[in-house]
Amino acid sequence: MRLPLVVGNRKGCPYENIEYKMQKNNHHIWQILESVHDPEIPVLSVVDLGVVRSIAQNETGLEIKITPTYSGCPAMDTIALDIKYALEQAGYQSVKVNLVLQPAWTTDWLSAAGKQKLLAYGIAPPVEPLTSTKALFGAEPIVSCPQCGSEHTVMLSRFGSTACKALYRCEECLEPFDYFKCLR
Amino acid sequence: MFEANHYPEEVNVALSDFLLRMADTSLVLGHRLSEWCGHGPILEQDIAMSNLALDLIGQARNWYQLAATQLGQGQSEDDLAYLRDAGQYRNLLLVELPNGDFGQTVLRQFFFDAYHFHYLQALTESGDENVANIAVKSLKEATYHLKWSSEWVIRLGDGTEESHRRMENALRELWEFTGELTTPNASDQLLTIMGLTPDLNLIRPLWEQEVQVVLAESTLEIPNRSWMQKGGKNGVHTEHLGFLLAEMQFLQRAYPNCEW
Repeated sequence: MRLPLVVGNRKGCPYENIEYKMQKNNHHIWQILESVHDPEIPVLSVVDLGVVRSIAQNETGLEIKITPTYSGCPAMDTIALDIKYALEQAGYQSVKVNLVLQPAWTTDWLSAAGKQKLLAYGIAPPVEPLTSTKALFGAEPIVSCPQCGSEHTVMLSRFGSTACKALYRCEECLEPFDYFKCLR
Repeated sequence: MFEANHYPEEVNVALSDFLLRMADTSLVLGHRLSEWCGHGPILEQDIAMSNLALDLIGQARNWYQLAATQLGQGQSEDDLAYLRDAGQYRNLLLVELPNGDFGQTVLRQFFFDAYHFHYLQALTESGDENVANIAVKSLKEATYHLKWSSEWVIRLGDGTEESHRRMENALRELWEFTGELTTPNASDQLLTIMGLTPDLNLIRPLWEQEVQVVLAESTLEIPNRSWMQKGGKNGVHTEHLGFLLAEMQFLQRAYPNCEW
């Protein structure tokens, strides 16, 4: 499902102002990107998610590089379109959104604000695993319940509603919840 | 997303062969796993298999895009996936086998993941940076897949009498298809000399070690058979692949260039 963009309509939009356009810089672009949301976790902007890797502007246009969270993340095409749309709505022309694989995305790029937003939304943010993720049966992270804060939780399934989440249940308040997996 | 690297003709042919194998293997296994969607034994594992499929199909797209770039004949990733016949597919035989029961799917996944994990880890050192970049990305996912499949092999092998019996059946069914995972063909040999892919002979002991540990924990015995099937890497497949492609490619075959 496509989510409505938060950029607002063009009429009365300050970015329509030519003077403003001349002053536009990357800071302004980041602000616009803050308004583009992950279609699967709408509380997170693409900036919170850490998928925007670079912004390059020259006479021929604007290039935004994004990186996928997971190889098969079905939201990437929508995210690319939404970014292009939001920037074009804001008056930028010849916007290109290109996908890059290197360096590979990690949950370390999730912003601190993003983690807070996840928690408030009822999704437990990623936590450090206790041992190397490369170990076959390495210890699992201690995931706190986003509802009651208890550390007394169990993993129900390694996979959840999207590629980036696992399913947990709190043994205190008995609520099931999504955990945003730690990916390194 | 990729820029082609230039190699002598012979090397580029071998590299394309390898890239298509990586792509075809991930796509075919992803397709098999997606057949479980709506049929899983429990909801959580139904979702798990769809997630595995999603990762694999995403990885396949990366490999196809790189293969198309290296081939340089103007093909798209979709052309490579949908417009080649079984004889042109280069996937490993193991992944085209029918799902069987949940135990057989889990064991097939484990055999594949154990190979995939170690192979990708070595491929992160590839002399071709595009290959290394896809490997780094895929490895993160394969690491997680291996945990899932190892846990399920143990749970079912060391589970009830019924689950143990089914895992023994699966082992008998699948074992002879595991040799191909770590047996190099001519392309592999050339690419290893060129420093583009690791020597599969060095991946084999790592795979065996992984399998021994998990099967021992599962109370399953490694079959005492050394004869192995081969052919997938060179386009010689089981009868199952044609049926799989007939379903997967139907739309593009019936309505060429159809988009939705």
